Amino acid sequence: MIPAGFDYHAPRSVADAVKLLGELGPEAKLLAGGHSLLPMMKLRFAEPGHLVDLGRIAELRGISEAGKEIRIGAMTTEHELLRSKLLAEKVPLLVEGAGWIADPQVRYKGTIGGDISHGDPANDQPALMLALEASFVLTGPKGERVVKADGYFLGLYSTQLAEDEILTQIRIPLPAPGSGWSYQKLKRKTGDFATAATAVMLQMKGKSVASVAIALTNAGPTVLKARDAEAYLKGKAIDDASLNEAARLAMKICQPTPDQRGDAEYKVAMCGEMTRRALQAAHARAKG
Amino acid sequence: MSQTAELKEREDKLQGMGTSLLRKEDAKFIRGQGSYIDDIKLPGMLFGAVVRSPYAHARIKGIDKAKALACPGVVAVLTADDLKPVNLHWMPTLGGDVQAVLADKKVCFQYQEVAMVLASDRYAAYDGAALVEVDYEELPAIVDPKKSMAPDAPIIREDIQDKKEVGHGPRTHPNHIFTWEAGDKAAADAAFKTAEITVREEMLNPRVHPCPLETCGCVASFDKPTGYLTVYMTSQAPHLVRTVLAMLSGIAESKIRVIGGDIGGGFGNKVPVYPGYVVAIVASIVTGVPIKWIESRIDNISTTGFARDYHGVGELAADKDGRIKGLRFSALADHGAFNSHVSATKFPAGLFSICTGSYAIPNAYARVDAVYTNKAPGGVAYRCSLRVTEAIYLIERMMDVLALKLGLDKAEIRRRNFVRSDQFPYTTSLGWTLDSGAYHPALEKVLKAVGYEGLRKEQAAKRADPKSPTLMGIGISTFTEIVGAGPTKVCDILGVGLFDSCEIRIHPTGGVIARLGTMSQGQGHATTYAQIIATELGLPAADIVVEEGDTDKSPYGAGTWGSRSTPVSGAATAMAARKIKDKAKKIAAHLLEVSEGDLEWEIDRFKVKGNPSQAKTMKEICMVAHTGNLPAGMEQGLNAVTYYDPPNLTFPFGAYLCVVDVDKFTGEVKVRRFYALDDCGTRINPMVIEGQIHGGLTEAFAVAMGQQIPFDENGNHLGNSLMDYFLPTAVETPKWETDHTVTLCPHHPLGAKGVAESPHVGGIPCFSNAVIDAFAHLGVTHMDMPHSAWRVWQQCNTLGVNKR
Repeated sequence: MIPAGFDYHAPRSVADAVKLLGELGPEAKLLAGGHSLLPMMKLRFAEPGHLVDLGRIAELRGISEAGKEIRIGAMTTEHELLRSKLLAEKVPLLVEGAGWIADPQVRYKGTIGGDISHGDPANDQPALMLALEASFVLTGPKGERVVKADGYFLGLYSTQLAEDEILTQIRIPLPAPGSGWSYQKLKRKTGDFATAATAVMLQMKGKSVASVAIALTNAGPTVLKARDAEAYLKGKAIDDASLNEAARLAMKICQPTPDQRGDAEYKVAMCGEMTRRALQAAHARAKG
Repeated sequence: MSQTAELKEREDKLQGMGTSLLRKEDAKFIRGQGSYIDDIKLPGMLFGAVVRSPYAHARIKGIDKAKALACPGVVAVLTADDLKPVNLHWMPTLGGDVQAVLADKKVCFQYQEVAMVLASDRYAAYDGAALVEVDYEELPAIVDPKKSMAPDAPIIREDIQDKKEVGHGPRTHPNHIFTWEAGDKAAADAAFKTAEITVREEMLNPRVHPCPLETCGCVASFDKPTGYLTVYMTSQAPHLVRTVLAMLSGIAESKIRVIGGDIGGGFGNKVPVYPGYVVAIVASIVTGVPIKWIESRIDNISTTGFARDYHGVGELAADKDGRIKGLRFSALADHGAFNSHVSATKFPAGLFSICTGSYAIPNAYARVDAVYTNKAPGGVAYRCSLRVTEAIYLIERMMDVLALKLGLDKAEIRRRNFVRSDQFPYTTSLGWTLDSGAYHPALEKVLKAVGYEGLRKEQAAKRADPKSPTLMGIGISTFTEIVGAGPTKVCDILGVGLFDSCEIRIHPTGGVIARLGTMSQGQGHATTYAQIIATELGLPAADIVVEEGDTDKSPYGAGTWGSRSTPVSGAATAMAARKIKDKAKKIAAHLLEVSEGDLEWEIDRFKVKGNPSQAKTMKEICMVAHTGNLPAGMEQGLNAVTYYDPPNLTFPFGAYLCVVDVDKFTGEVKVRRFYALDDCGTRINPMVIEGQIHGGLTEAFAVAMGQQIPFDENGNHLGNSLMDYFLPTAVETPKWETDHTVTLCPHHPLGAKGVAESPHVGGIPCFSNAVIDAFAHLGVTHMDMPHSAWRVWQQCNTLGVNKR
């Protein structure tokens, strides 16, 4: 549990951090809280030559409202999300989701940007970002580009973030008034990753679904968007029959990795169960 | 002030037995100022990192140290070949076997110790360890103990391949360790032949780990000029360790000092002597500088001190009214690659023969077959007294199995078979004399407290409702523990009897220092022992200092494990205090110019019968004892030491009840209620007892609901970090409701029994019984632990109760 040697860098601005990344090349890893990277280093699964700590860059922290979106600095901690009055009012799904992440100690250090860009399908933020239709600001030597969360996650530990780029900001469009939301997560204990978890944003029009976003945590090599289930539900009422079918369609796309949380059969079943419960809870909250 | 008020004030001042005195040791712990093994830093100290085997079974074809030795900071790399000249590449185990200190020609379990890299700091040591190149030839591994004794099974222990026995009787296969039996097999078989009802069930106590917060470690410091060896270590039994070290090293025992310091939990994990300690000691002897070795969490869970791994078969024979006529319990015990099982020498299967539990069972037979597998060696008694959890799990589960077969209520089956209060002392058919007990009243008190009939009615309604999203289960456990090893006539380790000790010294102004052979790992000894002395001698607990764990200071004792501290050292404390009190009485008689027979004891003083104004307080006597004003011929001082050899073990018992709600669709088990009634005899510090019960129940919950060390078919660990290994936090832990009865132990000077392990031993079957009871109406008689959501869901899925 002792990491190999590395050099530590603590730039004070995004520009300096980008410059450092360019100079240090592929031997450098970004430190954005460290609650995934440091354990991997202690086990010597990861042995980066350089750590570039983003923790001292003030411009990367904070939550604000700008026009029709919420902007969150990538180094904002999960704890700060949980305690944000602005988010509680405007994007309650993110608050509910943050409360399910790991445990208080991890949430004090872990950041939303690190959570997203680690590219681990077991992390919670990717599904929350997909359900919220977020986009990400990536800053590199050539400046900024904005990419959608949907499509950002390429595979296990692999995202669209280039080696010389930093995820600097998360942008979340304000959900439509009256939207229902829920993040349902099954885990073995406090601090654990999800056995299965589902994030749902739901808009009702009268008794039928106007729009729905469903995203699944830890159900495959990346976070999954349950597109078939979303398409099926559109225009339907939320009832036993539609919940069963939506859960079935969500389960169909799951390819979970068996581990001590369960085998594939159990994990797929739990993905269906969490989807059903998230839809039910979101429906109960939706005003349409 | 009225006389009663004055007496009460004097009594309260002592904070003696029966009061919930806050723990004296906590002032430093809550400030984060405990001193644990990794806090020890000695000048010139090197750090040792262990190179461990990636394979469960492999031949070592070569070890190349060159790259490691070239690593900056690395001082030396030790392998078995380096330990051979001092004959310390193998060491004897507490189980009568030998264990490789560093792997000699082959490795027999994953993470086995292969080499130790010594370096100037731990970073350099681990860099060096990563550079030691070991050439392995992988061999087929045995993971399932049921396959250990197959005719064509690979031989795990080539070093003892031809030995006819390894400490405990004849072996029938190279992978066989011993077969142990108790009871009358013929009588038990006859009871089964003629029985109206028989039941049989296979049940596993899975391989688990005590997982103390502080992992194992030591700092070994050999002083070449004087030849003294000092070892700071995480040991529950420092005196026994010193004896083992003397046997191993050839250093005179008087020149070895083992210091326990503060210990962050043990739960059995810190009883054995581990290879890491031995290599660190050898390294210090060779280099002449102190060596520190500290386990990582993964090392701890993977290699030191696992528990259980008992594959049991329970059988009961009864008449149609449910009265048990016969018991046959057996277990296949997986001891891993070396038999480093911790137990008293004459008990290779620990105290498994307590498996008749709280019941009057006329005919019984128990058998344990122990085998080698390619897993870490052990096992230790995880918060239980030597295989008692395994035994009580079997009997408490089998009572439910029998009740189910007969259609009897699970409380009623117990009522019909309890040893009655008027039958004590009661000798079981497996030979233990239960000294005291009151089982019926304890169970009835619990049933009344929880409204048992109402719960069963609610359960019946739930079972009748197909739309209920949950299944409700009610578990009962009415266990008897056996703790406080033990009488030296039956209990020894390496020839040393399991007595224990207390030395009390009283200073002129009434301050007291007490030193004991036990070793607290969080049990509150500094408080409990002080309270015993406070009551016995009438001196305030606040002024009584308790010291343990430094073998140069404390009298010899076998340490703290198997809930033996209060039964053995608590008794020694009372007896030592009484020796002092006897002397004090002589001094009081001398001062008051009366005969001893004219004196009576009152809280903190001797007073003359019929003339209460004539009195001498203990505090006054303390000073006088250090003057010349003493009875003729009496020496100065008020000191005593007692070595206490208990006449019997103690048998605490309890009645537990648990209510669970099982989510049919996720398999999650929610503990709605857990009611624990414990009887540990005299309650010295009720708050400390409550704390022990909370802790023991929490560890019982952990074992029943989630703990397991899983392996793949090649012997690779599948869950040895705290991500997978279940240590419940406050969020998962149920709320505990506690209660008690008091049945005095007739042979203990204070009437006290051990308590810390009761909740673990009694709690585990209670959880299992509750979970399985939730499925009992569907024909389920047993489900193995752990009752994780996944495994419980599989049961729901198999039965189809999760269909929508």
